[in-house]
Amino acid sequence: MNNIPTPTFEWLPLAPVMAVLVAACLGIVVEAVAPRARRFILQVVLVVVGIVAALALLIFNFWSGNVGILAMGAIALDGPTYLMWAALLVFGLLSILVFAERRIDNGMTAFAASAASVPGSLAEAEASQARHEHSEVFPLALFSLSGMMVFASATDLVTAFVALEVMSLPLYLLSGMARRRRLLSQEAALKYFLLGSLSSAFFLFGMALAYGYSGSFDYRGIDAAVSAPIYGHGLLVTAMVLMAVGLLFKIGAVPFHNWVPDVYVGAPTPVTGFMAISTKLAAVGAMARFFFVAVGAERWSWQPMLAAVALVTMVVGVVLALTQTDIKRLLAYSSVSHAGFVLVAVVGALTSTDNASSVAAILYYLLAYGFATVAAFAMVTLVRNAAGEANDVASWSGLGRSNPILAGAFAIIMLSFAGIPLTGGFIGKWGVFAAAWVGGYSWLVVAGVIASLVAVWVYLKVIVAMFFSAPVEGVSIAKGSLVTLIPIAVGALASVYLGLFPGPVMDLMTGASIFLR
Amino acid sequence: MITLETIAATGVFSVAWLMIAVPALMAGLLLISGKFFDRTGHWMAVAASTTSFVLAAWMFIQMLGADPEHRAVSVPLYTWINSGTWKIDAGLQIDQLSIVFALLITGVGSLIHLYSVGYMAHDVRRRRFFAYLNLFVAAMLLLVLADNYLVLFVGWEGVGLASYLLIGFWQHKPSAAAAAKKAFVMNRVGDLGLTMAVMSMLALFGSSSFEAVNAGAAKLSPGWATAIGLFLLLGAAGKSAQVPLQGWLLDAMEGPTPVSALIHAATMVTAGVYLVVRSHEVFEMSATAATAVVIVGAVTLLAGAWIGTSKDDIKKVLAGSTMSQIGYMMLAAGIGPAGYAFAIFHLLTHGFFKANMFLGAGSVMHAMDDDVDMRHYGALAKILPYTFYTFAMGYLAIIGFPFFAGYFSKDHIIEAAFEHNLWAGVAALVGAGITAFYMTRLMLMTFAGQKRWREGVHPHESPKVMTVPLVVLAIFSVFGGLLMNAWIQEWLEPAVGNHVTEISLVPNLIGWLTLAVVAAGVAIAWFVFGGKRTIPDVAPATRNPFTVMGRNELFGNTVNDVLVVQPTMMAARGLTVADTKAIDGGANGLVTVFNGLSTQVRRLQNGQVRTYALTMALGAVAVGVVMILSQLG
Repeated sequence: MNNIPTPTFEWLPLAPVMAVLVAACLGIVVEAVAPRARRFILQVVLVVVGIVAALALLIFNFWSGNVGILAMGAIALDGPTYLMWAALLVFGLLSILVFAERRIDNGMTAFAASAASVPGSLAEAEASQARHEHSEVFPLALFSLSGMMVFASATDLVTAFVALEVMSLPLYLLSGMARRRRLLSQEAALKYFLLGSLSSAFFLFGMALAYGYSGSFDYRGIDAAVSAPIYGHGLLVTAMVLMAVGLLFKIGAVPFHNWVPDVYVGAPTPVTGFMAISTKLAAVGAMARFFFVAVGAERWSWQPMLAAVALVTMVVGVVLALTQTDIKRLLAYSSVSHAGFVLVAVVGALTSTDNASSVAAILYYLLAYGFATVAAFAMVTLVRNAAGEANDVASWSGLGRSNPILAGAFAIIMLSFAGIPLTGGFIGKWGVFAAAWVGGYSWLVVAGVIASLVAVWVYLKVIVAMFFSAPVEGVSIAKGSLVTLIPIAVGALASVYLGLFPGPVMDLMTGASIFLR
Repeated sequence: MITLETIAATGVFSVAWLMIAVPALMAGLLLISGKFFDRTGHWMAVAASTTSFVLAAWMFIQMLGADPEHRAVSVPLYTWINSGTWKIDAGLQIDQLSIVFALLITGVGSLIHLYSVGYMAHDVRRRRFFAYLNLFVAAMLLLVLADNYLVLFVGWEGVGLASYLLIGFWQHKPSAAAAAKKAFVMNRVGDLGLTMAVMSMLALFGSSSFEAVNAGAAKLSPGWATAIGLFLLLGAAGKSAQVPLQGWLLDAMEGPTPVSALIHAATMVTAGVYLVVRSHEVFEMSATAATAVVIVGAVTLLAGAWIGTSKDDIKKVLAGSTMSQIGYMMLAAGIGPAGYAFAIFHLLTHGFFKANMFLGAGSVMHAMDDDVDMRHYGALAKILPYTFYTFAMGYLAIIGFPFFAGYFSKDHIIEAAFEHNLWAGVAALVGAGITAFYMTRLMLMTFAGQKRWREGVHPHESPKVMTVPLVVLAIFSVFGGLLMNAWIQEWLEPAVGNHVTEISLVPNLIGWLTLAVVAAGVAIAWFVFGGKRTIPDVAPATRNPFTVMGRNELFGNTVNDVLVVQPTMMAARGLTVADTKAIDGGANGLVTVFNGLSTQVRRLQNGQVRTYALTMALGAVAVGVVMILSQLG
């Protein structure tokens, strides 16, 4: 029994994840001991302090040049990890801030007063009457965030799986906690949970087969087995298919996208914003790492499959977004199509020996998409009528007249989604297309360009409604507090900055785009 | 031979970016200022546009003074993208080609701004209109002054946006909204071409700068040269309304008339010609692509002229004519080195006389209560003297009356076309005859004959602010050709290559032939519409297939509808139905569930999640199949 090594854990390099986890745990303690009236503000402070501390630690590590495979081969701290973590923390902070908005809906958050009460029941009415609120949403989001960070950096299948569950379970809960339209929300949560479990099952099965094939959960072990195979190729192919299904589900790629529109619509809008960017970011990161590092030597066998998925995802996402009339549903399909565009880069540049341009393109695209998404969903929470959020695109008509600044910011975000020049989305699209083009998938680029040209119509429709149509009675942009306005402002400004001066960020990403093996 | 070598920017050139920045910032200011500038905004926009013109003229004068080797100036601004693999510097290139464009855009643009002050005087959204006009000027300048294709693309999108906004400016008219949408969609098809071209350049040369592309073009494989050439042609066809992407231009006439004059006649629609001439090194490497340009140009020049003969809407006649004249430019650009300078020459003279005539048409509409039907005009020459005489100058210029602007530029193209290929020459010659016919028809129906005015219409001449630009443009329509005829080839030589054709003022055989054909066109029109002949109040019903096709714009819309729109709609509808059946059912059902709690559980169990899970399982199988198939292949 002496050959079990003493577990090692590098505290400082892993401190960013720990900071988020600690903040989450403290959040639980706060729920238990702090008086009800204080909890909310304490939780918000914890979120901000936790995430800012994590960011500071991350930057410190970056400057100290801490890199390496950590925690006994479970987590890789390398260039992409730094960028992924930084992006996750920034987007996490911005989107969790929106959770705290209480000014626009009679001093209440977007979350149910008592999520466990039966909708329409007496208990629910009582809880609402007493103005109860679930401040547990903050620690839940932090737990999820820590899972995402680990998921994006895991170099070990077991760690990846645990991280996947840590990231998903709080999200299932959060999806079901909307204060308005509770049945829709609860159904969304249940659907998300059931389908998410199914996808986890696929992932787990794939893991098992990968272990069977290589005798290792470790990515390097799998890589070694791929290079010098012992077992039949069929086992590996099956493992890759099953793993891909699990990952593609989280990314929201077609044909595993069914849950996206329902869950995005049903979940409380701040949660949708959090999910839409952070989950995708973590899942794409994990996917790129698994496919580039573990089975990179087998790329000729998975590239065509991912190319097909990317193609269908772009086309279906864009075409279905065209016909949507509900803004959240429209953004949901839009996010499906963006998943397709990112996959184009994943498919792309692996035929060259370095993966530099591919990873940088993925990261840049996600960054541009992330800023736009955070701001877009924050904006959705603000457009309201008497019954709550006015999600019908038609009811957004004429908002440009009543509030030109916020409507203008939203227009910028839409243009970035559309990939119009001078916005971050444009540079992002060029990046992913260029990566795929160089990688020899020019046909996919042609399809992608066509899809992106059609997609412009989707977003322009919203802009046209806001600025060129007569206002709708009873709909207005609520006066949000800073927690909502900051994400919108940051998102819009970042979208412009990333389009005008992509240089510095691009340099950073290109310099830090090599996966540690 | 003098090649294009740029020198570093000094003096006024180092602030060349102001040309773009001033109108761009003014557009922004006017858009966000709210009501504050409602009363002065239009003059501020005129000032911004004029500032750009003054800058352009200043630079032009400096370039005239420099010796030919040192005229082209590059103005680096900053490094836009630097991703290791690619480095794209955003910069301006002010050379012999781009400066004449800048002069045209800002010169004609400023005149049209001025004219719009009168034309839009009573429009409640005037400030916004001028903001869009400024936005257009800025974007168009960026397009022609960019020193690489990617920055050009930014301007390309910008003018598309401005065009979209301005076509749909009168948003209360559903037809205007529909026209804007159509222009937008068809332009996207063109943009696809340009995107693919730039993508290919980036992949092949690692840069999209004109310099790198021109240097690398000689080493291109024939396949790539043809591919890039055709991509560029697709882009050019979309922006310049060339067959098969011509359909949007006639509908674009829904926009206010100054917009038609500036964007859809003088400047934006000629961007395609600029693109082809700018990329001449690529087209010289591929005979196929160059021939495609010639064919597109020839077909469009005839198609546009044909449409011009059968429309009664004065603006649509002019729009058809614009298509046709741009066809001439395309034809010239496709011919090769012999034609580049002529293409640009015709582009400039056309910019003068077509803007002149569009503004004239606007002045007529202004007098006739915005009626555009020429069958309701007649006998306006006496009542609108300024409009009539200035319009007449434009008319003489476009039909190629000796020594007017169009005479020089068009004749050169026809001669070059004959030298290149008999059929191209014949098409250009026939086009000239048809042009003479429809323009004479327009003149006669509008200014001559009997009054056919509607009741309550009391025509009156337009105010000075509108007639002054007309007079200036008319002067250029008369002398513009003479002025540039001997000069333009030499001037453009460094930018478009060395091929100076001998030019004489005395027509050669083809010149005489052209004059005869034009005279015949005028005579036929006079015979049909001139003198005391009555013009029917509504277009007479006819089975004449030529007329029917012309009136229906050669059924371009039907073709688009059958080939593109219907299949797309079918696909979208099919997908939507599939998606609604499989996915939306649950969400829609929930609206009902919302009321009754008990049904909720049942509905949840009723299978939506099951359906989703089934889809996922099937998806996994599909992914597996794709993977296995790719193993086999």
